[in-house]
Amino acid sequence: MSFNFTVSPSFPAERISDWYIFNTWLQRSLSIPIHLELHDGFDAQRAAIEAGQVDLIHANPFDASLLVREKGFRAIAQPDGAPDEMVVVTALSHPAQAIGDLQPGTRIACANDPCVNTIGRILLEPANLNADNTLEQQRSTYIQVAKDVLRGQVDVGFMPVGAYRGLSSIVRRELKVLVTSDIQVIHHVFLIGRDLHSRADDFVRILLSMHETEKGQDLLSALGATRWQPIQQEDVEFMIDIISTLTQ
Amino acid sequence: MLDMPPPSNAGGAIEHRLDYADGSRRRVFVTHVETPYPQGRLIVSRTDTRGIITQCNQSFVDMSGYERSELIGQPHCLLRHPDMPAAAFRDLWETVQAGRQWHGYVKNLRKDGGHYWVFATVVPNVRDERIVGYTSVRREPSREKVAQAEATYREWIRS
Ligand SMILES: Cc1cc2nc3c(=O)[nH]c(=O)nc-3n(C[C@H](O)[C@H](O)[C@H](O)COP(=O)(O)O)c2cc1C
Repeated sequence: MSFNFTVSPSFPAERISDWYIFNTWLQRSLSIPIHLELHDGFDAQRAAIEAGQVDLIHANPFDASLLVREKGFRAIAQPDGAPDEMVVVTALSHPAQAIGDLQPGTRIACANDPCVNTIGRILLEPANLNADNTLEQQRSTYIQVAKDVLRGQVDVGFMPVGAYRGLSSIVRRELKVLVTSDIQVIHHVFLIGRDLHSRADDFVRILLSMHETEKGQDLLSALGATRWQPIQQEDVEFMIDIISTLTQ
Repeated sequence: MLDMPPPSNAGGAIEHRLDYADGSRRRVFVTHVETPYPQGRLIVSRTDTRGIITQCNQSFVDMSGYERSELIGQPHCLLRHPDMPAAAFRDLWETVQAGRQWHGYVKNLRKDGGHYWVFATVVPNVRDERIVGYTSVRREPSREKVAQAEATYREWIRS
C-alpha cells in the first residue's frame, strides 16, 4: 500500500515539479511508497481529505486547522522564511489611496483560496465593508485577478504576497498596494495522518536535517525556504486557536 | 496591580480609580490621545484560566506602551480603560468559561494614559476537552463601529 501525499493548492504553478522531486526524496529517505497527488483547487483537495485519501500533507494554516482538530493529524515541521501574508491591491489610477477610501459596493476579485480571502475580508473591515455591501468575483488564477483590477472590472484584488511578487514588473507598476497583512503567526505546516504516526520521529529527523545536504538545500530553496523548523503540537494548536477567531 | 504614576505632562490627564471584579483597585491617569491601530496587523495575547497574561505578540507590546516584561505575569485588566463598562467583561468571562467565543469592541488603556480601540475575539484554549487558558486576537475596527460602541458603553456606565 502506498501513502498519499498532497500540498495545499496555494503554491505557485512553477513549483509543481519541485514537489514531485521532494516526494521522490521523501520516499527514498524513508523507504516507504508515497504517491503525490496535487489536487486541482481547494474543493477537490477538501473532497480528498474528507474521503480519507490524504496521509501526509504540506498544509496551509486553514487546512491544518481541519486536519489537526478533526482528523487527528500531527504536526512534524514548518518551513522557515516568510509567514503567509497577503495584499489588497487596486489599479494605480483608482481613486482609493487607502483601505479607508473604499466605499460600499466595492467590487473584489479573488481566487478561491479560503486563507487569503478570509484575511482579505478582515483587512476590509476598517472601511466597514463586509459580504453584504461588496461584490466578490472569483477567478481561477492570480494573474486573472490582477487583470480584472487593471481593467477596472473590480476595485480591489486579494492575493498572497508571493503571487503579487510573481507578477511581471510591468503589471506590478500599474498596481497599488492598499495594505499588506502583517499577521506573523500564520504559516504552512507539514502534517502526517494517523496511519503514519508511528513513523513521526523518522519524519522529524529527515525533514530537520534536509538542509544538511546540497540536494536538500536546492530543494528547500525551490520551495521558498532554507530549512525545516521543529514545531510542537501546542504551537499548531495555538495557531488553530488564532485561526478560529478569524473564521467566525 | 501598581497604581499608575502621574504622567509628566499631567496637565491633560484625568485621574480615575478603577474597581476590579476581584475587589482590588487601581489609580490611573487618562488622556484623550488615541493611538491608531497598526494597519494589517493582529494583536494577540494569551492568558491562563484566571486571566493572567502568559504570552503576547510584538503588536500587543507596541500598542500597550509597556515592556514585554511588564506584561507577562500581570492580570489582563492592566489594560482596562475606565470608559469600559464592567458588564462587557462579565459577559466576556461568562461566555469563554462556558467554552464559547466572545467578541466585542474594546477600548484599551495604554501605559501612557492614552488608548486604542480594537475588535476583539476571545476563545477558550481547549486541550483534551479541558479549558487550559484563553487567547485573544484583536483586529482593526471601523470608525462607525467604534462610534456605536462608545455610545453604547456610555449608556451602560450611566445606568
Ligand atoms: C484572553 C483575554 C484577553 C483579555 N483582553 C483584555 C483587554 O485587552 N483589555 C481589557 O480591558 N480586558 C481584557 N480582558 C478581560 C480582563 O481579564 C478583565 O476582565 C477586564 O479588564 C476587567 O477587569 P475586571 O474583570 O477585574 O473588572 C481579557 C480577558 C481574557 C481572558
